[in-house]
Amino acid sequence: MGRALAIAWKDILIEFRSRQFLGAMLAFTLVTVVTLNFAFDLDRGDRTSDAAGALWIAFFFAGMLGLGRAIALERDRGTLEGLLLTPVDGGTIFMGKFLATLLSLLFVEAVTLPVFAVLYGLPAWHPWVIALAIVGTVGFAGLGTLFSAIASSGRTREVLLPLLLFPLLVPVLLGAVQATAIVFQGERDGILAWFNLLVAFDVIFVTLAYLGFSFVIEE
Amino acid sequence: MQSTRQGTGRWTALTGIISVVMLLIATYMAFVYAPTDAAQGNAQRIFYVHVPMAWLAYLAYVVLFIGSVGYLWKRNQTFDRLARSAAELGFLFTTLVLITGAIWGRPIWGTWWQWEARLTTTLILWFIYLGYFMVRSYAGEPERAARFAAVLAIIGAIDIPIIHMSVRWWRTLHPEPIVINTGGPNLPDSMLLTLLVSFIGFTIFYAHLMLQKMQVEMARDRLAEREADFLMRPVGRSKNETTYPTTGREVTGASED
Repeated sequence: MGRALAIAWKDILIEFRSRQFLGAMLAFTLVTVVTLNFAFDLDRGDRTSDAAGALWIAFFFAGMLGLGRAIALERDRGTLEGLLLTPVDGGTIFMGKFLATLLSLLFVEAVTLPVFAVLYGLPAWHPWVIALAIVGTVGFAGLGTLFSAIASSGRTREVLLPLLLFPLLVPVLLGAVQATAIVFQGERDGILAWFNLLVAFDVIFVTLAYLGFSFVIEE
Repeated sequence: MQSTRQGTGRWTALTGIISVVMLLIATYMAFVYAPTDAAQGNAQRIFYVHVPMAWLAYLAYVVLFIGSVGYLWKRNQTFDRLARSAAELGFLFTTLVLITGAIWGRPIWGTWWQWEARLTTTLILWFIYLGYFMVRSYAGEPERAARFAAVLAIIGAIDIPIIHMSVRWWRTLHPEPIVINTGGPNLPDSMLLTLLVSFIGFTIFYAHLMLQKMQVEMARDRLAEREADFLMRPVGRSKNETTYPTTGREVTGASED
């Protein structure tokens, strides 16, 4: 676990020093949220489920940008071989990459949620929404880290990643949007059920990705 | 080697003949023997094709799953060929089940498409198959492509039931117009028999196509091997000077780069 943290820390440090990507990801998320307003007219009170969908679509799109980098950066710089030569197994590398991706996505979401709350007058800063954002993002980052490794070797990785990931993430998107919509409507019924379901998805997807990752990065 | 190939050839021919005969019988039964459905009319007859297609779409995925697990475990080319063949046929049948379903849905439901759990899952299955081919073609070297594709197929296999479940839950939370409940266990015997013949006929047809496809894939692998051997063959005039033959392809490739 310490080794995984070291890999995660390395990635976060690279990001901090270059400061290129997190800012871009954040700006992209915000502009998506604003653009979706023009598409769906989210400011009206009866559009709560659309707003939940818009929020999650913005998160997913931003996540695509963040994921593309996790492994691709290593491949481009030729440092993946170095990472593979270190005495850690594939699962540990996965955990490191997964944690770094998760943290950067959660950071973007932590900034986006209050802005969303202000723009649309919805309780996007509600504890339930934060909890849902976390469990939704865990599943996303888990499968996403695996598939970014699969897509990173090809020339068409920007297209390939969402093509592979979006169909498989349907359960996460469904659960997250439904539960968020319930919170936005000011209700409580059914949130816990969706939340538990999302936790179950997280366990399954992160485990699968953890196991699959070793097969993907072996060279 | 020779005897196994002859054995495969015999099985291929046998399954081919049986499936053609059975599917001809099934066609006759579907149009002549089976009665016209009281509620749906002749549109119902597409079910004798649609249901076997749906079965094969998912059966092919099971085979793809087995091939993928086997490949990651044993790293045996045969398993990869099995997976490759199953994926291609599965994609074909998934496409056909979606199309035949839409053709039936239009007159009966009044709409080409319903966001119902089974339909949605099958559509996602179609996208997973599509992603499988994308991974295969973009991963670069064949060994890596096989590995990546196998991981994707296994995750898809575990994900498909989860997708089905989540969509069903989503749809039960939303009230939906009740879809006409057709078929089910109270199908008349003649319809059931027609479906059964068609079912078995198509399944044998699938086995036939799998055998054909496996042979094609084996030939393709062998060709690639020969090509690699040919390219690596030293043809130098003296022992010190070694040059390699070119197919002419490299020259154009180099100029494009």
